[in-house]
Amino acid sequence: MVDDTFQSPYVPNTNVDRRRMLNAIGIDSVEDLFTDIPARHLNPVLDLPPAASELELMEYANQLASMNKAPGDYACFLGAGSYRHYIPAVVRQITGRSEYMTAYTPYQPEVSQGTLQTAYEFQTLICQLTGIEVANLGMYDGASSMAEAALMATRITKRDRIAVLDTVSPRYREVLDTYLQAPGLTVTTVSPNEVVLDEDTACLIVQQPNFYGYFEEVDTLSKMAHDNDTLLVVSVDPISLGMFKPPGEYGADIVVGEGQGLGVPPSFGGPYVGLFGCKQEYIRQMPGRIVGKTVDTEGCTAYVLTLQTREQHIRRERATSNICTSVALIALMSTVYMASLGKQGLRQVAELCYHKAHYAASLIDRIPGYYLPMSGTFFQEFVVQCPLPPSEINKRLLDHGIIGGLDISDQVPNGMLVCVSELNSRNEIEGLASALTKIGARP
Amino acid sequence: MKSLSERLNEDRRRLLMERSVPGRIGTTLPPLDVPEANLPDDHLLREKLEMPEVSEGELVRYFSQISQFNFSIDHNFYPLGSCTMKYNPKLNDELASLQGFTQIHPLQPEATVQGALKMLWELQESLATIMGMPGVSLAPMAGADGELAGMLMARAYHLERGDTRRKNVLIPDSAHGTNPASAAMAGFDVVQLASDSNGDTDLNALRAAADDKLAGLMITLPSTLGLFDTNIEEVIRIVRDAGGIIYGDGANLNAIVGRVKLGDLGFDVIHSNLHKTFTQPHGGGGPGSGPVIAGPRLVDYLPAPVASRTCDSYDTESFTLSRPLKSIGPLGAFHGNFGALARAYAYIRTLGSQGIPLISIDAVINANYILSQLRGHYDLPYDRTCMHEVVFSASTLKRSYGVSALDVSKRLIDYGIHPPTMYFPLIVDEALMIEPTETESKETLDYFIEVMKTIAKEAEDDPDLLHEAPHYTPNRRVDEAQAARRPELRWRQ
Repeated sequence: MVDDTFQSPYVPNTNVDRRRMLNAIGIDSVEDLFTDIPARHLNPVLDLPPAASELELMEYANQLASMNKAPGDYACFLGAGSYRHYIPAVVRQITGRSEYMTAYTPYQPEVSQGTLQTAYEFQTLICQLTGIEVANLGMYDGASSMAEAALMATRITKRDRIAVLDTVSPRYREVLDTYLQAPGLTVTTVSPNEVVLDEDTACLIVQQPNFYGYFEEVDTLSKMAHDNDTLLVVSVDPISLGMFKPPGEYGADIVVGEGQGLGVPPSFGGPYVGLFGCKQEYIRQMPGRIVGKTVDTEGCTAYVLTLQTREQHIRRERATSNICTSVALIALMSTVYMASLGKQGLRQVAELCYHKAHYAASLIDRIPGYYLPMSGTFFQEFVVQCPLPPSEINKRLLDHGIIGGLDISDQVPNGMLVCVSELNSRNEIEGLASALTKIGARP
Repeated sequence: MKSLSERLNEDRRRLLMERSVPGRIGTTLPPLDVPEANLPDDHLLREKLEMPEVSEGELVRYFSQISQFNFSIDHNFYPLGSCTMKYNPKLNDELASLQGFTQIHPLQPEATVQGALKMLWELQESLATIMGMPGVSLAPMAGADGELAGMLMARAYHLERGDTRRKNVLIPDSAHGTNPASAAMAGFDVVQLASDSNGDTDLNALRAAADDKLAGLMITLPSTLGLFDTNIEEVIRIVRDAGGIIYGDGANLNAIVGRVKLGDLGFDVIHSNLHKTFTQPHGGGGPGSGPVIAGPRLVDYLPAPVASRTCDSYDTESFTLSRPLKSIGPLGAFHGNFGALARAYAYIRTLGSQGIPLISIDAVINANYILSQLRGHYDLPYDRTCMHEVVFSASTLKRSYGVSALDVSKRLIDYGIHPPTMYFPLIVDEALMIEPTETESKETLDYFIEVMKTIAKEAEDDPDLLHEAPHYTPNRRVDEAQAARRPELRWRQ
């Protein structure tokens, strides 16, 4: 028998309540309720630590947290798919409301208009930011969004080959491979200068700016794709769209990307929000949750989950995707962020990142031994070829209170992917340059 | 002439773009502190950016006002079957919000995030102990993601054995829609498996389907009928003997967590919904988290990454993330939903070895209490001891008074209670699936029982009252058909 002397703060039942209910049910012992479970497997030994009080647990958690070197305490120049931007206080305030946080999926629209109307706002703002015609409520993250976009393109075109530019994030490429291993689709990597498409190519996947931070010639790529009846899938950095031309304006058929930069802290990788939008004509092939506007029995405006016949709870094995989640809370953070920054702020953030990144690049380029191997327009990330292995440089940068860029020496010799955002002050940028100089002078 | 409440409502319905006035700003940014670089060529830049222009106060008031249109666990009882809408402890949010957790970047050198990695490892160990299975990956970002992982792992297992004929996955007719959808995404053909009149797996149907084309079985335990399959050991033996993999959908773990280990029963791989059993907030639809836990047969195929611990010769521990030998690969760009994992970790530590086994006791008592009190008022398709949830049917109400499960559900709203799960599982007509969870008091259950009895009476006395419910929400019944017929999915000028 289990220890019924333990009282959890989350369980109101006391033994008195249990006894009353067992009597009402008409049984003597609670074990009578578990007779369907094979007796020899019942009540196993659980090798777990004993229950911790809130005080003890927070003490321990604080210890764990302080073992981490957090950006903020350290200057940080890491990007590569997860970005640090300033999050206005209003984002946490609003999304921390329990009406949003502890609400359920809005299957019952009459008691979910808060969730549904804010979700409609998210769809609207993502469409406006990316220039795409319709958007869903979000997928798990940018990588899985991209994979789902590839699957969607094969459903629409009935072709079975995916072309991916080799400048797309290697991590995203790995996720694409995970999703595509079963359906028997082939993935071909193409270089931006040598794009080869054939009559089996369902889509061409482009990341803009690319993994290295630089802009692709998307007008050319778009034309190439459409001349071949291949769909153009573009993965965006939404913050860059405060300044740069959105994919809806250069012919993207499907837009995906990581929404985390819009109001979500790095959070050691999740939860994030995968953006997903497409042209109107493809809506019924789009995965994920979608909110639509309608009316109620009295003609009043209302919002509701719609086009659900695409989804798993109705179509089961013939659904557009198995996804059930809508990452609503993270999408809400992005919505509040976009509304707070607004028309002016979003442009300003992009410009701050742009100018600061270019300042950092110009300083680093002048350091003996350091060199920028890639040319062209970049947004907030760029590649540096270093005089030493980046892993070694990063170790030493920590002593200077700096978390350095991503070690990409497996792709570029001694390559480091450096990211600069509006959170990096001039001091921090010059501090990075100065530290790199010192480290470079003493290999 | 519009009523006052209509006008109030209309005001709250104005969208951000309708509240925008040129020049308003919601936040400020510091000025540029470095020299300006040359701007890129015009053809790369956007000409126009349509975004809201509202002040901070307006934004707060708007989002605060419409938040009141929501039900939520903190405000309402949610007896949603198979969703486990239990209370979300505030400590979990506090712990997950520590700066040392929220600010760290997923690609930082591992030496700089040992605290986070240690927490992930400890969570893996806890889940492994609870489920009685050795391998855990915290990477899947939702239950369905965990299902996809499990199905891809089963596929990899068979492929490695050259078993290319194994294309069929058996799935009970009572299964959640994500099960067949996930199996299909993993390249399998779905074969539906019948339940018998007792609500258990039909053993004859199972034996007939257990041939050399059998890749595996996906089963929810207890089932979506809230019943623990009395033949589960035989079911597992049949599938195993036929060479198939046994996948467990952990959505209903609240009924058995800590009381029986799925590994002991013979499951090969399962997923757990942290937003159900382990109190991660539902957030209005997500994010979720669906760690996958594997037995010896499938442990090498777990999705990347998996946390591991090593000890050096000085007994100093260190933690790292790695990709299992024959991993199916990563499901997302990074390491899973760390924010959610931290919350589940906090919950498991708070309950500990004493508290975890008690969850199912109270979950099951509460559900059986409701069963005993509503028997006779609603149809009970399977009149046997239920687990953490009970399935009723409104069939008789429908036949006698034209009152459906939908009508009953919408009327519950008028009493401040969120509807239960309706019309699921598919094998029960006019289904109402009720799961109280262990975090509800007897007083709340008694209120719910009283309300349900009242509604059954209202069905007889005044069916129109129920057809037109809900009566007091900002919106009356919503026209879902119109939304699909004429999709309007964004604001336009």
